[in-house]
Amino acid sequence: MAQDHDHPHDDDHHHDHEHGSELSEMQIRVRALESILTEKGYVEPAALDAIIEAYETKIGPHNGARVVAKAWTDPAFRQALLKDATKAIGTLGHVSRVGDHLVAVENTAERHNMVVCTLCSCYPWEMLGLPPVWYKAAPYRSRAVKDPRGVLADFGVTLPSDTEIRVWDSTAETRFLVLPMRPNGTEGWSEQQLAELVTRDSMIGTGFPKAPGSPS
Amino acid sequence: MNGVHDMGGMDGFGKVEAEPNEPMFHEQWEGRVLALVRAMGAAGAFNIDTSRFYREALPPHVYLSSSYYKKWLLGLEDLLVDKGFVDADEVKAGHALKETKAPRRGKFTADQVERIMVRGAFGRPAPAPAKFKAGDRVRARNIHPATHTRLPRYVRGHVGIVERDHGCHVFPDSASMEAGENPQWLYTVVFDSAELWGADADPTVKISIDAFEPYLEPI
Repeated sequence: MAQDHDHPHDDDHHHDHEHGSELSEMQIRVRALESILTEKGYVEPAALDAIIEAYETKIGPHNGARVVAKAWTDPAFRQALLKDATKAIGTLGHVSRVGDHLVAVENTAERHNMVVCTLCSCYPWEMLGLPPVWYKAAPYRSRAVKDPRGVLADFGVTLPSDTEIRVWDSTAETRFLVLPMRPNGTEGWSEQQLAELVTRDSMIGTGFPKAPGSPS
Repeated sequence: MNGVHDMGGMDGFGKVEAEPNEPMFHEQWEGRVLALVRAMGAAGAFNIDTSRFYREALPPHVYLSSSYYKKWLLGLEDLLVDKGFVDADEVKAGHALKETKAPRRGKFTADQVERIMVRGAFGRPAPAPAKFKAGDRVRARNIHPATHTRLPRYVRGHVGIVERDHGCHVFPDSASMEAGENPQWLYTVVFDSAELWGADADPTVKISIDAFEPYLEPI
């Protein structure tokens, strides 16, 4: 990734720095710290580049989606996943390695699972990539444990009023991956076809998988 | 610590607003901050609990008004200065000016990146038998340590059921203070919504935390 490009000023997302300078206050400050740590010989810029590249290319919700699709089509794998997700995923080989104590929690017609980290931003990033801003921000962290139906409504998600909602607050180094329900109308689909229906939010519990035939 | 980071159950923050097609980083510097934190952690300058404590310890108004990666940068600067890896004058100058303490594992180099892309293992051998088992009723202790803890305020004093036993893990309350790993049993404890939020709470909701044994007392 280019190290020297200036950030675009024509986009509309929020900044917490003043505009008008070529380099933002934050860019200057981060570069300063990187210079200090490089000059001291604690880090090397190439290693920082490689970390960023790894986050951008190696991880992402495609990893989780393959695991979910496998669980939908292979009952033995589904059982193994629910018993010990780290171990089960370790047997797949083609999916990126996953750290200890990943717990898969299964949605059913009776129970919907939703994952939050009220204290910071704990998230199964090997499976889902880096968390989106909303997952790390105050509205979700504050309300998910007290008003999960209200939070789901913010995502346009409505559950039957008698469905149990289980909120998992990730307060330790355990990580939670929601195994969503397989969409109807996908009988006979391949793992690869099914994986394309699995969304990031469906594995956090703030969404459902895509319906077959819906626009991607 | 009873900081603003401990947000579970707070009101007034508004709706959750998801950004469609959100990029991984909104600014180029955000990726650099993430990489610096990961690299310095891997070099042995700090553990994950200490780095979390430094973000939590930011003044409340700074915590609430800073973007996620800005909090990471501010916490990292404070931590590196406090622990003697960088001098405050150097942060001001933007250059290395003097000899300071080096991280214990030495320079973090590009060939080590693969290693840190799998989350670390925090499970440890058990120093003592578990006090609780699945099905036990427990109360989250009414404790208010001024230092780092992973027991959120919204469960303190409340009764739940032990649901899972995750084995023994590094205890963040100790590790964050660099007082050793002090491994403790870790359990998923589940609470009824009415127990946490009162009689008007949605009866279909249950909430669980993962609680270290010192956070719990038998009833």
